[in-house]
Amino acid sequence: MEFLSWGDIILRILAQLIPVWICLIGLFGFSIFYKRKLGLYGKLFDSTIGMIGFAIVMFWVFTGFFSGVFDLIITHDPLSQVSGMRNKVPGMPMRGAEELDYPFYLLGGDNLARDVFSRVMAGSTVVILIAPLATVFAFMAGITIGLPAGYYGGRLDIGLSFLANLILAFPVILLFYLLVTPEIRLTGMPQFMAVVLFAFPLIFAGVLINSRYHIAPKTRNALLFIVLGILGWLYLSIINAPGSKITLFNSIDLFDVDGGLLTVFVSVVFVNSPTVFRIVRGLAMDIKTRDYVAAAQTRGEGAWYIMLWEILPNARGPLIVDFCLRVGYTTILLGTLGFFGLGLEPESPNWGATINEGRKLLSVYPHPALPPSIALLSLVLGLNLLADGLREESLKD
Amino acid sequence: MGSFILRRFVVMCITALCLTFIVFFLTNLYPNLEKLAKNQGNFRMSDEAVATFLENRGYLQALPVKYGQWLGVVPGYVIEGSDGKVRGKCFVADDTIETAPMFCGILQGDWGQSTVFKDEVFSIIGKRLSLTGKLMFWVMIVMIPSALLVGVLAGMREGSRSDRSLSTAAILTTATPEYVSGVIFIVVFASSAVGLKWFKGSATSAMESATIENFLLPVLTIALYGMGYIARMTRASMAEVMTAQYIRTARLKGVSFINIVLKHALRNALIAPFTVIMLQFPWLLNGVVIVETLFNYKGFGWVLVQAAGNNDIELLLAVSVVSVFVVLITQLISDIGYVYLNPRIKVT
Repeated sequence: MEFLSWGDIILRILAQLIPVWICLIGLFGFSIFYKRKLGLYGKLFDSTIGMIGFAIVMFWVFTGFFSGVFDLIITHDPLSQVSGMRNKVPGMPMRGAEELDYPFYLLGGDNLARDVFSRVMAGSTVVILIAPLATVFAFMAGITIGLPAGYYGGRLDIGLSFLANLILAFPVILLFYLLVTPEIRLTGMPQFMAVVLFAFPLIFAGVLINSRYHIAPKTRNALLFIVLGILGWLYLSIINAPGSKITLFNSIDLFDVDGGLLTVFVSVVFVNSPTVFRIVRGLAMDIKTRDYVAAAQTRGEGAWYIMLWEILPNARGPLIVDFCLRVGYTTILLGTLGFFGLGLEPESPNWGATINEGRKLLSVYPHPALPPSIALLSLVLGLNLLADGLREESLKD
Repeated sequence: MGSFILRRFVVMCITALCLTFIVFFLTNLYPNLEKLAKNQGNFRMSDEAVATFLENRGYLQALPVKYGQWLGVVPGYVIEGSDGKVRGKCFVADDTIETAPMFCGILQGDWGQSTVFKDEVFSIIGKRLSLTGKLMFWVMIVMIPSALLVGVLAGMREGSRSDRSLSTAAILTTATPEYVSGVIFIVVFASSAVGLKWFKGSATSAMESATIENFLLPVLTIALYGMGYIARMTRASMAEVMTAQYIRTARLKGVSFINIVLKHALRNALIAPFTVIMLQFPWLLNGVVIVETLFNYKGFGWVLVQAAGNNDIELLLAVSVVSVFVVLITQLISDIGYVYLNPRIKVT
């Protein structure tokens, strides 16, 4: 077999990504056609910057989806090592390729003779899964604490703000080094933190439903039963893991979260939520002086109703923009964790760990470290552009 | 103003106490102590050996007591070990109970011993901090003027083509974390395989003598990430000022555009970025840790990694005290500076 030239490599990569292109074109065609009926999402397609950002983000979402769920895009198993492929340059034909094997290492092999292209593509699954989810949890926690702090003010605000500033004054890396170690995992600390942090969505959903429907107890009870039942079950499944500190709910445990993954998840949520708290608090302080809040107060609505159904929906613009930025920041944090070899299994194909692996031989073999770097850069850039586009469009209202 | 600073200082001390207690708690969890014991003694110690090792060195006292000893408000322990040897927290070299001082915590200026480097924590921190100080100084020199320039240029004509391209460039730099830009820089400028070979990929030699060749890449890597954010803030603030009434008045009176920007807009536009620059310090610390690891520059960030990786409790505590104070003092300066620059705001 011959070496592939750079043109061939690019063509083959593009061909490998065909499912992603199809989905992207479909999504964009649909969205642009119906953009007048899709609210803020549709307006995004009026801004070039926003569209570019959205395209990059969705590219990685689809890539992560297809390579994680359908095993489509990756050419080789991201963990398997092939002898003779160590540090080989991009476009190298695979040694001893069988009939069914993909015959090339498109972006070369890393220092353990694994396919760089497959690792980068498989790494997107991890990021696409964790980063938005962790951000959602951080938002739930930040909103649930930030709204009362901003709305009530006074002592409550002082106390909660002090706590938030406490966490914010901590250098992130020091916190990660203290929280994300195998020793800490033995003590069950991450699990106990998960117990607290993951309870926020439950509280949030419960209060949200109760404050809206407390005048119609039957509807409320039914809704609460269904929503809290499902969320509670998921909650117990997440915090419970056999052979760890919390094994109370083994009998109803739906799935097990890998200990390292849980630790990473918890610490990322923990680091992000104080910032969200500050933003939500500021927004709540601003919005509570508006007339519609005064109207609701005069009607005799409860405090939580006003916070969740009057203030929160009117704070959505800045929150959505910040959500996009924060997913990008979480991606950077996950990369940082991988870069320092904390948390996830070192051989798992997350981008940070792959960059860290590659940097050791950087001056001789640059090809293993460069693709994950560019992948991470492009995803974060996409999210930032998307946030910029959303901000511009939401300001036009 | 005086009472404001005093109050902030009190809050600062409480924060520092809380944070060091958290660090103390986390580093003193038993599995961490076990790791420490195995690092210090040998890796094949039995569980009992680990327990006696820790017991003899005072690690198994109650947490508040240990914390008090570290602070210097509780007398240092003196324990007669199971091996017959008397050990005390305040013993230096061959002190005995009679000659050693009662208290030896950070309040007495004793920061303890590093278990990894076998040296005084205070001298390690001092040496490494000065190295990082050098790095930060050059980062600031590169970052602040260029960020302000980019921000002002972009913000003075909002919506123009130069604004668009500069803003996109600023977004690009904020989207590039240090470990990505560092890797790209090394590949492009320092790699022996494909690169231009202009600079060195390692900054180890910059610790003694910094030259452009060995120091530019680390400085640029940190500066770039912070630059985009400051530039965007400057742009937003500049754009806002440029729509103000007094700018319009100046234009109608026929003042030239350059004069408007330099004499009328600039001072007001630089208030917001000042706060942002000050609040960037904690972020820069992050960057310092990454860049020092990537470029093998043995400064403060490198010490943090070493201390955390080996659970070197006293060194880690000193590192967190220093970084927490850096964060809190910059916050204080940013608040005071904000008032000073903007006479419309009064501290109450």
